Amino acid sequence: MSGFTISRRTMLAGSAMLLASTAMPTLGWAQTPKKGGRLVLAADSEPRNLNPAIVASNGVFFISSKIVETLAEASFDGKDGLAPRLAVSWEGAADGLSVTFKLRDGVKWHDGKPFTSADVAFSALQIWKPLQNLGRTVFKDLAAVDTPDDLTAVFKFAKPTPFQLIRNALPALSSVVPKHIYEVGKIEDNPANNAPIGTGPFKFGEYKAGQYYRLTKNTDYWGKDEPYLDEIIYQVLPDRTSAASALEAEEIQLAAFSAVPLADLDRISKVPGLKVISKGYEGLTYQLVVEINHRRKELADLKVRQAIAHAIDKDFVVKTVFLGYAATATGPVPKNDPQFYTADVPTYALDVAKANALLDEAGYKKGADGNRFSLKLLPAPYFNETKQFGDYLRQALAAIGIDAQLVNNDSAAHIKAVYTDHAFDLAVGPPVFRGDPAISTTILVQSGIPGGVPFSNQGGYKNDALDALIAKASETLDTAARTDLYKEFQKQVAADLPLINVAEWSFISVARDTVGNIANNPRWAVSNWADTYLES
Amino acid sequence: MTRALILLRRRLVGSIFVLLIVVIGTFLLLEAAPGDAVDAYIVSTGGDAGMIELLRHRWGLDQSELTRLANYLWALLHLDLGQSVTFSRPIRDVILERLPNTLLLMVSATALSFGLGSALGIYAGARPGSVRDRFLSIGSLALYAVPGFWLGLVLIVVFAVDLRWLPIGGIETLASDKTGLDRATDIAIHLVLPVSALGFIYLALYLRMMRAGMAEVWRQDFVLAARAKGLSRRRIVLAHVARNALLPLVTMLGLQSAQMLGGSVVIESVFSVPGLGRLAQEAVAARDTPLLLGIILTSAVLVIVINLLVDIAYAFLDPRVGAGEAGA
Repeated sequence: MSGFTISRRTMLAGSAMLLASTAMPTLGWAQTPKKGGRLVLAADSEPRNLNPAIVASNGVFFISSKIVETLAEASFDGKDGLAPRLAVSWEGAADGLSVTFKLRDGVKWHDGKPFTSADVAFSALQIWKPLQNLGRTVFKDLAAVDTPDDLTAVFKFAKPTPFQLIRNALPALSSVVPKHIYEVGKIEDNPANNAPIGTGPFKFGEYKAGQYYRLTKNTDYWGKDEPYLDEIIYQVLPDRTSAASALEAEEIQLAAFSAVPLADLDRISKVPGLKVISKGYEGLTYQLVVEINHRRKELADLKVRQAIAHAIDKDFVVKTVFLGYAATATGPVPKNDPQFYTADVPTYALDVAKANALLDEAGYKKGADGNRFSLKLLPAPYFNETKQFGDYLRQALAAIGIDAQLVNNDSAAHIKAVYTDHAFDLAVGPPVFRGDPAISTTILVQSGIPGGVPFSNQGGYKNDALDALIAKASETLDTAARTDLYKEFQKQVAADLPLINVAEWSFISVARDTVGNIANNPRWAVSNWADTYLES
Repeated sequence: MTRALILLRRRLVGSIFVLLIVVIGTFLLLEAAPGDAVDAYIVSTGGDAGMIELLRHRWGLDQSELTRLANYLWALLHLDLGQSVTFSRPIRDVILERLPNTLLLMVSATALSFGLGSALGIYAGARPGSVRDRFLSIGSLALYAVPGFWLGLVLIVVFAVDLRWLPIGGIETLASDKTGLDRATDIAIHLVLPVSALGFIYLALYLRMMRAGMAEVWRQDFVLAARAKGLSRRRIVLAHVARNALLPLVTMLGLQSAQMLGGSVVIESVFSVPGLGRLAQEAVAARDTPLLLGIILTSAVLVIVINLLVDIAYAFLDPRVGAGEAGA
């Protein structure tokens, strides 16, 4: 294991803690959390399936992570950025063929049955590997899970699998569900998918469609004195403006996942009793990316792609589109990632003259109307910011003589147009960095991915050297060597520009002063909230 | 009573064709929209090719359009609305859960706009051209010009956020375990703002129709006769002028029920009311074709029933109408 990685991580974790202690002086250790109370918060969507073992997505975790726990959770100060949950320790074999998990003793399911290694084996083999959206990739070589005793689970892989990848995947991909509930009948049709049973600090209470979810305290929880809250109520507020109003009217105490739009933050931060918090999402970084269809002759030319990169003012985008709640990007790994990020990549400063010169060089001269060529630009509609950046990009391209025509679709139509029909020239997408480039980042540029797969390379880009690098990294076991390969990966992507990384952002929480222990881990909004409390 | 029955029978036969056209039309329209339920679903999850294929198969989306339409119609013939893709529950249950909220909202808003609108219309029309007439006409027009969602947001900011007199949304207090009269009061309080936002917009329509109708009737000979008889002004206004001016309003009531269903989409979103309108919007975004078909079918039946009731009411209010249709 690499000493460099660890020291860098410890340093980062240390500074994060320092930040936390200065930013929130009222939450020092002298304050003892109060017991009891009902936390009401805004929810903007109602996931159709609440089983996080099948659907590893933030929308599902937001609710289910309080009910169903993972083997480990992300942490600011833990070793390798992890804190134990259902597993107390994990160790990878040197040959990359097995990982041994020691499990927590004395944990009970919400129905009173004991939690054992059999549940972990069942979840991994029957759900994560065959059914889970992310697990199907990460656990594809998982062959068996041995359970020598009730508290030990040994994952056996058919092919060497980097321990670093498995570790990084634990917070999002390792939700454990009870075998005795799921072994009967079809897993996808199990009623527990809509009323989850787990080991977490809260039990699933009830769900009223279109109104609320109610979670109630698990009095049998393994964490000492935890949880503090009696109840969590997710109030379904579909309208973009209602979360801010509900906070002001004191009907809810918390709005996470930027339920309050960025434009309202300035005003709402001045409301007495409310605080705006931009921490607690470090592990959920979204990347603002210009996706490129390399089937277009002009865009297959590196000079044209470089010109587009030089035409974008990243600082302006961060300041204007994200109102400062974002960072400029240099490549496919976000700056806030403690393990893989490198700044040592080719960069593209705003330089309209150079961009124009590059386009001239490439042979695309300006016509009589000042245009070189026209493009179809499809901004993803999922976020306000992706749509606004689409408007900005159109103007930025106009400045270098590229006429971009905006095509606005709703979510389903956008997914179909870009990833199945390839009916785009440029698209604006928000892929997610999930703590390891092998989970959902390399597929953005890798070739050979079948059509219809969302958030993958559907732009027809093919670079054999890059493909070989990705393949090599996926089977490199040594953490330091693997990390170096992903640094090389960032360099090559930034040099050849299969896509253009513009900015990185995450979410904002707005909460009442009375809510305690907010944002105390990098995936706070999707963690278990066992230590969250309310001052009366 | 037989008159009403004949009317009912005719309408029912006609309605079946209307519903069939509505179902097939909606189905084809939704098929024409790019992207299917799986595309809408993977926006929040991602997933590889195998998973996507699995989902399409499980949700029956790998069958041809014609097969799916035929299957849907066949199930519909057995009064089965099918299974919702987004809720993984029978569509009938999902709709029945929301229908009462939408009905409550619509009936209350209609009562408000019709009741208050016609009352104010009578008040204004009793003295056409007076100051109160001008004031009410202009005021109601201004309200009519306001977009529903904006009125809703303003009501929220003033009465829920600033004054805190009323809740900002929802149909009842969350997870409150209230029952009986307590619950009814709770729901009534929650309905004040959405009903106002929806009702006040249409109020102008009734007010102006009533007023215009009355102005027309004032010039009729029978009003002159009533005056000559020496009836009081109040009696002339209420029994002769207003009653005759009321007829077009009743027609409007039927027509407008469909419009109000549309308006409730916006109001239900702004006020977080779990109703059919919001459900329809979600069904479109999720490309949940069977659910949307179920909602549209329910709405169509609703509109047909309301118009039927209006026609029956009409027949009683003005005997000439019903007799004409029944005799034809």
